[in-house]
Amino acid sequence: MRIESRLAQIGSVSEPVTGAVSYPIYNATAFRHPRLGQSTGFDYSRTKNPTRAVLEEAIAELEAGDAGFAFSTGMAALQTIFSLFRSGDHLIVSLDLYGGTYRLLERIMGKFGVTASYVDTNDLEALERCRTESTRAVLIETPTNPLMMVTDLAAVSAWARSRGLLTIVDNTLLTPFFQRPLELGADIVVHSATKYLGGHNDVLAGLVVTKGKELSEEMAFLHNSIGSVLGPNDSWLLMRGMKTLALRMERHQENATRIAQYLEGHPLVAEVFYPGLESHPAYSIQRKQASGNTGIFSFKVTDARLVEPILRHIRLIAFAESLGGVESLMTYPAVQTHADIPEAIRRQVGVDDRLLRFSVGIEHADDLIADLEQALVAAEEETKGAGSRG
Amino acid sequence: MAEDRQRSDNERTPDFATRLIHFGSEIDRTTGAASFPIYQTSTFHHFDLEHPPVHDYTRSGNPTRQALEDYIATLEGGARGFAFASGMAAISAACFLLSAGDHLICTEDVYGGTYRLLTTILSRMNIETTFVDMTDLEQVKAALRPNTKAVFLETPSNPTLKITDIRAVAGWAKENGLLTMLDNTFMTPYHQRPIELGIDIVLHSATKFLGGHSDVLAGLAVAATDELGVRLKQIQNGLGNVLGVQDSWLLIRGMKTLQARMEAHERSARTLASWLAAHPEIARVYYPGLSDHPGREIQEAQSRGYGAVVSFDVGSGERARRLLGRVKLPLVAVSLGAVESILSYPAMMSHAAMPPEVRAERGITDGLLRYSVGLEAVDDLIADLEQALR
Repeated sequence: MRIESRLAQIGSVSEPVTGAVSYPIYNATAFRHPRLGQSTGFDYSRTKNPTRAVLEEAIAELEAGDAGFAFSTGMAALQTIFSLFRSGDHLIVSLDLYGGTYRLLERIMGKFGVTASYVDTNDLEALERCRTESTRAVLIETPTNPLMMVTDLAAVSAWARSRGLLTIVDNTLLTPFFQRPLELGADIVVHSATKYLGGHNDVLAGLVVTKGKELSEEMAFLHNSIGSVLGPNDSWLLMRGMKTLALRMERHQENATRIAQYLEGHPLVAEVFYPGLESHPAYSIQRKQASGNTGIFSFKVTDARLVEPILRHIRLIAFAESLGGVESLMTYPAVQTHADIPEAIRRQVGVDDRLLRFSVGIEHADDLIADLEQALVAAEEETKGAGSRG
Repeated sequence: MAEDRQRSDNERTPDFATRLIHFGSEIDRTTGAASFPIYQTSTFHHFDLEHPPVHDYTRSGNPTRQALEDYIATLEGGARGFAFASGMAAISAACFLLSAGDHLICTEDVYGGTYRLLTTILSRMNIETTFVDMTDLEQVKAALRPNTKAVFLETPSNPTLKITDIRAVAGWAKENGLLTMLDNTFMTPYHQRPIELGIDIVLHSATKFLGGHSDVLAGLAVAATDELGVRLKQIQNGLGNVLGVQDSWLLIRGMKTLQARMEAHERSARTLASWLAAHPEIARVYYPGLSDHPGREIQEAQSRGYGAVVSFDVGSGERARRLLGRVKLPLVAVSLGAVESILSYPAMMSHAAMPPEVRAERGITDGLLRYSVGLEAVDDLIADLEQALR
């Protein structure tokens, strides 16, 4: 079955009693045991809930893995994955990393004695250099957020496997519709499903898919024991969003490509970071391992003083954190999503005060371009007016 | 005089029953709605770069979840409240205040899920736990080590309902600079407010009496001070194991009837416990409201009542299984604290994660049953048990 069909049919007609086309929301926390020692398969919702289970099976199948797990947020999903490790273990992590993941590693896992090195995960020599006796896994974001660096997943997964390391891939930006890391050799896929999978900026959720029996069992143990599970209402809402994933991703990609091209030719824009542009250094790797491009990109304006008025003048595009929703959102990474990353590291990767991140929604591209155009014009007027333009 | 009385009347802190209804967010300020809205949003628009909104991303803060968090903080008499995806997520978050190399002293007959968390996930992070009979202060004192950082209490304990003198342990812990955490699930703030007795962090599986309807999985934590609140907030936001907004709303809805439910639950529990104690087929009854319960005096000094969980021993595993097969009214299930009565079998359910020898040591025999007394008429519950025992 093609992925579009599987997505449209998540949970459909799988409720045997009534035949309901939309799977019911089981708010129950506990389930009656038919007899002692017998179970319907459900005992306590933290361990397993029917609504959550439909979602978990769907994501496992979509990502071509063996088991799926739903969490209250993407960070909760990552934290539970990190609980696979123990005090003294070491991880190798993408340099250009989501600020929340960095904070979790440094402030929380760090005090438990789990350490991390941040490298360009596309550089196998750099990976080899920071590998130690206690290295256990590689965590990759591809493309990265916000600088859209692309890692060759097949190459890194093969390297990791040969060294006995787990490969964990954050697939939030591409979703299984465009990229399936487990098919490229990864062991664990993680999502902030708050983004494209949910797609409507209305539900917080995290998803994990594992490959292999042992790893899946260990993850089930941690999921239940730490208890950061997704509620049944949110599970239902997430499935509802996922049914339109294919349509949305195609539109997000189309809009993002057009707007990235528009900005690439704009005199107030110094640089556009989007792997869907032929000018992007990883354009060919991206085409090799993914069937499409995400709906977000970043760009640098020519002058940091333009940022504040641009954010003030955009009308259609909301100035808010998060990404992946039907509505367009613009974020200022240096002060919002990446504020927790020390300035030295931020500058090393290029998250500076001229960088803006644009999560392109599914509005009409012409309207979005018109909104950007008027905000850029107004911002330029203001900076000129202040007489401070160099 | 009359004026003074008037003033003191005005300044009078409303009774608990009133605070349950008038907790500050009972009315939506924008529309006047009598039920607080469900803010099903992941992110918030920044109207102005210089003046960010109160909430910017739902993992970090959401108005509906905030209403719940303020509500539980008020009820427990603490500085700040926090809502989590499950009781275990709340307990995980509190334990994550510790660091590798720290030592914890914990109630020995603690909930099986807490036991599992401490002995697997936290021990891998190099945090060691000593389990003691918390009702014996000498044992608690003897467990102190140079690296002891915290004490975890559960009283009444689960399932044998042993009573710990909260003031005594909290006082000793304070003298030794230790953090105290208490699982208040069985009592709820209606019966017992541990912060008033010197505890630093109160924890709840709000899935139980606070929610009360077996329809929402949730955990709550309350920090006694702002300083601890700030630390817990960092953990909550960092781990992301937050409660969803629909579930937050559902929990608020359940909590409004907490006092009405607890009064009825407890009245029935007392009747049922006395009836069981007089029954020739019952080897032993554990309920702090019974006159021969060793912790009754302490319970009365620190709590407003005895709660609604009654454990009893029918003498053998065979007899326990027979009874479970014959009861008609209570749900045979895990969990507790709901409008419906729930009968569970700790040896095979809530405490299955505990090794058999440890279980036996803690009185969790094969004949032990735990009865969470619901809101059915107690005469019906007794008649049902009578026929099952016969």
